[in-house]
Amino acid sequence: MRRVYMDANATTPLLPEVVEAMRPFWIDHFGNASSIHLDGQRARAAVDHARETLAAFFHCREAEVVFNSGGTEGDNTAIFGLLRPGDHLVTTAIEHAAVLQPAQRIAERGIEVTFVPPLPSGLVAPQAIRGALRPHTRLLSVILANNETGVLQPVEEIGAIAREAGAYFHIDAVQGAGKVPIDVRRYGCHLLSISAHKLHGPKGVGALYVRRGTPLDPLMVGGSHERRRRAGTENVPGIVGLATAIEIAQHSLEDGAMQRLAVLRDRLEAGLLQIPGSGLNGASITGEPVPRVANTTNLWFDHVEGEALVIALDLKGVAVSGGSACHSGATEPSHVLMAMGLSKNRAQSSLRFSLLKAATEADVDYVLQVVPEAVERLRQISPVATAAPG
Amino acid sequence: MPATSPIAVAMSGGVDSSTVAALLVQQGERVVGLTLQLWDQTRLAGRHGIPDAPGSPTTGLRRWGGDAPKAGRCCSLDDVYDARRVARHLGIPYYVVNQEARFERDVVRPFVEEYLAGRTPIPCSLCNNHLKFDQLLQTARSIGAARIATGHYAVNEFDPARNRWILKRPADRAKDQTYFLFGLTQEQLAHTLFPLGNLTKPAVREAARERGLTLAEKPDSQEICFIPGGDYKQFLTAYLEEQGRAIPDSAGELVTPSGKVLGRHNGITAFTVGQRKGLSVSSPTPLYVLQIDPVSHRVTVGAGEELATRTLRANRLNWISIPALTAPIRVQVKIRHRHEPAWATLEPDPDPAAPADRILATFDIPQRAVTPGQSAVFYQNDEVVGGGWIV
Repeated sequence: MRRVYMDANATTPLLPEVVEAMRPFWIDHFGNASSIHLDGQRARAAVDHARETLAAFFHCREAEVVFNSGGTEGDNTAIFGLLRPGDHLVTTAIEHAAVLQPAQRIAERGIEVTFVPPLPSGLVAPQAIRGALRPHTRLLSVILANNETGVLQPVEEIGAIAREAGAYFHIDAVQGAGKVPIDVRRYGCHLLSISAHKLHGPKGVGALYVRRGTPLDPLMVGGSHERRRRAGTENVPGIVGLATAIEIAQHSLEDGAMQRLAVLRDRLEAGLLQIPGSGLNGASITGEPVPRVANTTNLWFDHVEGEALVIALDLKGVAVSGGSACHSGATEPSHVLMAMGLSKNRAQSSLRFSLLKAATEADVDYVLQVVPEAVERLRQISPVATAAPG
Repeated sequence: MPATSPIAVAMSGGVDSSTVAALLVQQGERVVGLTLQLWDQTRLAGRHGIPDAPGSPTTGLRRWGGDAPKAGRCCSLDDVYDARRVARHLGIPYYVVNQEARFERDVVRPFVEEYLAGRTPIPCSLCNNHLKFDQLLQTARSIGAARIATGHYAVNEFDPARNRWILKRPADRAKDQTYFLFGLTQEQLAHTLFPLGNLTKPAVREAARERGLTLAEKPDSQEICFIPGGDYKQFLTAYLEEQGRAIPDSAGELVTPSGKVLGRHNGITAFTVGQRKGLSVSSPTPLYVLQIDPVSHRVTVGAGEELATRTLRANRLNWISIPALTAPIRVQVKIRHRHEPAWATLEPDPDPAAPADRILATFDIPQRAVTPGQSAVFYQNDEVVGGGWIV
């Protein structure tokens, strides 16, 4: 059966170039980057080279790049590594769980936390961030591109607010990296986390930008790796894979891949919105579009249970997600959609389509053929119409 | 639906439903595995001595066959893992469908309220009647499957003469689960397969072994899925505490049928009709709980023979082999899971004040411990005539 993968925000396949770049580092150049000998030096050279790539990508110094295990570690490090009892954290209600849950945990440890809600468009207003500031606000943490709606947050304005307030600023750029250019100087951030597997790199590796002078406590201790900011033998093949994926992502950004993808996404979105009783989640304020990444659209289909639709589409060869993959199997409707003001029923009837860069017209055609049929069938047998309103 | 419409198998991670999936795959059916996630076993862990969930740091990964702690059986992460592994082994699609909110609303809360009202609820029938089959069929249809199959031991066949689907007791009488299935509608029976109905449990295990299912030796689950240790009162206390409530004070008097006060008890939730232990009064002859009054909190106790009653009333009825009960019929009545069905005459409750949906069963021989809150299921030979809830 034909399979169309439209869940790129969950993860992406490795590009062949990435596999090839990583290949020598499994067996031939297997050395420990901390070793003195030639084998170690080969590994070290690869890590150094990768660090140069990442520094160019972030627009920072090489010494400001810390390799780690991915987005969750970067987000956790920013929250746990910077805040002390008595501090105040400002973050948003639409963060990924990798920020939300650390924030909830430190809130139990004597650190004040404010979760700023978004507008119905999915955008967090900079003035709402400003309004949440306190004299003891030490950190602002904001997602660059929301994983569920794709809405891009006004991080430059928030960076300016952080600067005025004398607070540190962390950006969770896991979904944004590879889809929009990254520039930590422009953002005015101190910390920024990314993950390789969201941009055609390997799983289990990522990077955290740490601005020079940021007093960040490491999460992992036990060695002097990564300038004592992240202990543990470097994942050399993973780091090489990350850097290769970043190089390719950078090129394709410059080649207009995202503009092409946005056209496809818009056609998909318009086609899906032809289904009666459907609508777009976020992405516009009374018709005025808000900035979004090019590959994501999030829609609701009334009287359809999102979970059932995901299964029905999977059996038809279409892979999509009802919320974020980390939450699959959870009862709770998406906290992001709920924070945007959707009712519980509408949040649970929502689906996220996120396209790979390699998506084709034929993929969109197939999805536009399969989804209306599935929605129609689910509505015929749906009990959601009879379920308690909410 | 086309002839190739897939069958959705309800997979619990146990040997029975796994074998059902394997048998159907072998018969060339297109099979989709579904697990209803009904209760989060970690939810009350740590409250009032409720065991930690399997797989948690304190218990380690539970595996059967050893002396591992016997924690949550239904919906535990290990059971989902087992079901997923079987699906992978069989090469079938498999999904976990979360129905925790509905389970809490339709099964757990009614269970708790019934218990607090002095009755002895039977959550498995509540679940089958109001959630499991309804939800499975609905999910099945939403993914294009017209029929479901489960690992219940029961037989289900269409009788053209009566133009009805008939539910019958299975080949393996020791595993008979028809008592819990009396609430199935004709619509549900028409779209449900019970492939194990003509097999014995040992034959099922053998079938599982032959098909390379590594969980062939996994022990049967015995207890109520959301009460892992089987300690109702502990569950009740922990659940109510989580809800910001406490077990209401229902302490009261222990009395004889003639009204003589024998002593006091600490709360009616500690009692079930027919119970002999834990009455905390001394008596030359064994005493049993005869009646629990949820209003006065009075618990009536008496001798074993006083426990026997000749009649039973039940409501919230469902009929399977007959369209409705209009005149007296002879049936055998089963009043709890391990009860040997007893002969009785069944008729619409003749009490002029009785609601329409109520029956009266008059036993040939008085039966012990007819317990409000349990279900009464009526049989004619192997067929389930219908059933209801004892009032």
